[in-house]
Amino acid sequence: MGTGHNVLGRALPRVDSMEQVTGATRFADDLTLPGTLVGRQLLSTHPHAVIAGIDTSRAEALDGVRAVITGSDLPITYGILPVSQDENTLAIDRVRYVGEPVAAVAADDAEIAERALSLIKVDYEPLEEVVDLEQGLSEDRPLIHGEGTGRNVHRSVALEFGDVDEGFGVADHIREDVFHYSGNTHAALETHCALASYDAVGKLTLWSSTQVPHYLHRSLERVLELPAGRIRVVATPNGGGFGGKTEPFSHEFAAAKLSMLTGRPVRINLSREEVFYAHRGRHPVLMWVRTGFAADGRITAMHFRSFLDGGAYSSYGIVSMYYTGALQTATYQIPNYRFEGVRVFTNKPACGPKRGHGTPQPRFALECQLDRAAADLGMEPVGIRLVNAVEPDSLTVNHLRITSCGLSECIVEVAGASDFTARHGRLPHGHGMGLAVGAYMSGAGLPIYWNDMPQSEVQVKVDRGGGVTVYSMATDVGQGSTTMLATVVAELLGLQPSDLAMVTADTDLTPVDLGSYSSRVTFMAGNAAVEATGKVRDRVVRAVAEKLEANPADLVLADGRVSVAGDPATGSDWAEAVRMAIATEGPLIESGSYRAPELAGPYKGSGVGISPAYSYSACVVLVECDAQTGMVAVERVWLAHDVGRSINSLLVEGQIEGGVYMGLGEALFEEQAFRGGLHRGPSLLDYKIPTILEMPPVEFIIVESIDPGGPFGAKEVGQGPLLPVVPAIANAVHDALGVYVDEVPITPDRVVAALRDLARGGSGRFGPESVPDFDFGTPVRVEPPEGFVAP
Amino acid sequence: MAEQVISLQVNGAEHRILTADHRTLLEVLREDMAMVGTKHGCDLGECGACTVLLDGRPVLACLVLAVQVDGRTITTIEGMAEDGTPHPLQTAFSEKGAAQCGYCTPAMLLTARALLDEVQAPDPDDIRQALAGNLCRCTGYNKIIEAVEAVAGAQD
Repeated sequence: MGTGHNVLGRALPRVDSMEQVTGATRFADDLTLPGTLVGRQLLSTHPHAVIAGIDTSRAEALDGVRAVITGSDLPITYGILPVSQDENTLAIDRVRYVGEPVAAVAADDAEIAERALSLIKVDYEPLEEVVDLEQGLSEDRPLIHGEGTGRNVHRSVALEFGDVDEGFGVADHIREDVFHYSGNTHAALETHCALASYDAVGKLTLWSSTQVPHYLHRSLERVLELPAGRIRVVATPNGGGFGGKTEPFSHEFAAAKLSMLTGRPVRINLSREEVFYAHRGRHPVLMWVRTGFAADGRITAMHFRSFLDGGAYSSYGIVSMYYTGALQTATYQIPNYRFEGVRVFTNKPACGPKRGHGTPQPRFALECQLDRAAADLGMEPVGIRLVNAVEPDSLTVNHLRITSCGLSECIVEVAGASDFTARHGRLPHGHGMGLAVGAYMSGAGLPIYWNDMPQSEVQVKVDRGGGVTVYSMATDVGQGSTTMLATVVAELLGLQPSDLAMVTADTDLTPVDLGSYSSRVTFMAGNAAVEATGKVRDRVVRAVAEKLEANPADLVLADGRVSVAGDPATGSDWAEAVRMAIATEGPLIESGSYRAPELAGPYKGSGVGISPAYSYSACVVLVECDAQTGMVAVERVWLAHDVGRSINSLLVEGQIEGGVYMGLGEALFEEQAFRGGLHRGPSLLDYKIPTILEMPPVEFIIVESIDPGGPFGAKEVGQGPLLPVVPAIANAVHDALGVYVDEVPITPDRVVAALRDLARGGSGRFGPESVPDFDFGTPVRVEPPEGFVAP
Repeated sequence: MAEQVISLQVNGAEHRILTADHRTLLEVLREDMAMVGTKHGCDLGECGACTVLLDGRPVLACLVLAVQVDGRTITTIEGMAEDGTPHPLQTAFSEKGAAQCGYCTPAMLLTARALLDEVQAPDPDDIRQALAGNLCRCTGYNKIIEAVEAVAGAQD
């Protein structure tokens, strides 16, 4: 094979792809149990109101209705973060956004369930609504969580690393810019669905399209007051996730409770409209960034302020807020850094984590500003990035530990492949090129709830015929986690990924993995699989070496055989070798686990942003803009991504291309927009996502920096490639038309407004002018880490 | 609620179904015939995930009433492989990485098959136009185009 590997890095199909292409994959809504009832939820029609009363008597009396529940039936609150348990399955006393579930029914069929909902009478006493950042920061609006009036501040933060005033003091050039990134949503093609079955002996099974079966298991235990051992969560293959199914949802608890009450299976499948209300998508973020530069382009100090419009509930919001300030330093050497952030509650669906979680917004601001600073200083976009690029094996001022880092290589490669320097600034009017970079975590360094157990566990069992079964709670949301695990195990055992049986995402059967979020699965479950498989491999090798009277170190596993290196005829075939191992040492069942090293810095909030390794990306886009209509078409994208090691190049390319696609939608089209508290268009007709007609060709460059901690050196690829796409497009629009659209999405009306401003002799800018005057308090001063080297 | 018995030729077999007039072909396929390979992403004709072939042409099963297609021929993803052999498009989608989560995949495959049945050697623009009504949120579409092109090239 030439690579020294059995299957690693090859472009093999997903292990589940034949099921996918034959329609055999069973998503949550495809499962059927005898006697399943249809569950439906009644949604709030008010953005903010007191519930004075709910009368369900007419619904309960309807023939075919088996149960009706309201908020008081499930009084225990939940929330993905232990510090912000502020949600109820069904609203109690107050509704906080249009679309919030208020009651739920289980009925014999969908028509009866819908009719039952129409018979439930809710008495609302409307409260003044709070629908944007300005209203959220007002002293005069009602508190969304609490009584009376006041600022609806969920949480704020002020941190300073190094000495920012001193850093600005030595700067030769200082820029201040303001940006706004609109909210958008995941829009996975599969709507959320949960099927609950409470059986005759009191065990609850919940099949759900969730990315986090372990966290859901824990939440069900609390909210339903059932012992963990009497709850089984099966995460069905997700028909897309992107972060939108990464926390427990109302319909999951409601389906479970309705099944407990009726003794019948209950399915709740959200409608497309309900998915827009369930949301948890990208936060709208208003940003102000002040950066000091030396004459050679080096950053001397940065002061970054974020204002997040969080919606009605906490979700991951505190973490999202910290993320808007966490990873600026992961790409650029910033010797002095101040971050201030605030998240407000508003009467809209809750925002949360979407691919890139809290980092695409600041990345947009940072990369756009950097291009302008380069122009101010007479530098090129490539040069200013290379001079500031983070180095491998370094520490950042905010205590991130950088291991492998292919950032500079990504920049050089992508600029070379696109001939960027020769073309940027030199294309005809209406045509432009933009460059940007990004970095992302290969798994959050800390679990969601504090514990000192492993973040991922994998078990490998081998039967007497040589069949290998891999057990892992890692959940395939389309990213290919099951294929990744199969590839890692097959590589070590000299088998093919398709030979293995994969049992995943089932709390009864599989050891814990924390879930498919924060790009953690390849790094963490991959490492756990390496450890478990290594033990299996060692035992098999030991047994064969004994028989051959050979040194175990001389044996190799390849092509289904265990043999002396260079002499495949020696040794045993895999199944025979397995039987020998079982005969000598007993059952061939081994486990492995992974826990990230201690990485947190000495300050509150340092848990956000730390990761055992960071991926890096650089992107160039070529755009064509119509100066009359303001339409922007992306013609070609070049994306270089440092994935550490490519475990399966087909899947790596797929994640890069998918990230480019999602970034394209965010940059140009998508906005979770509201009129007051009302969603402007909770449908895929109104919320425009790119079709095949908008998607440009993508040229990939896979950079392998071989991370010392990753499985075979691998890092993440699921989220990172999205990050540079949005600012690269913004920078390209500037290159094409000379205008600055400092607000995402870059819609035609905004481009035209900027062009008009330019024609009137203005700066040619469209975007927010300023940020609210908010007192973040005195920043907490944090000393840079020991060993930090200021550039 | 009016009901009637209809006859559907689905994947080569005749099915007689008693259904209420207002039910969609999507509901009848998934709920009455257990053909859950046909997906739904919106139930409003926006996403294309429920595409099936009606007399060989793609239609959105969520916008077609079952009683409208009484006596007609329907192909779903379950009928795409013939005699246990995957259609070349199915193999190509697998090998080219054209499916990630797989939710849009059955509809994409059927729409692509209708194109290839009609156009001998479609160019990438033909492929794009044919698939423009099928949303995919994972792949960025390019690997889908590559897969269809590979099969189109082979059938020249």
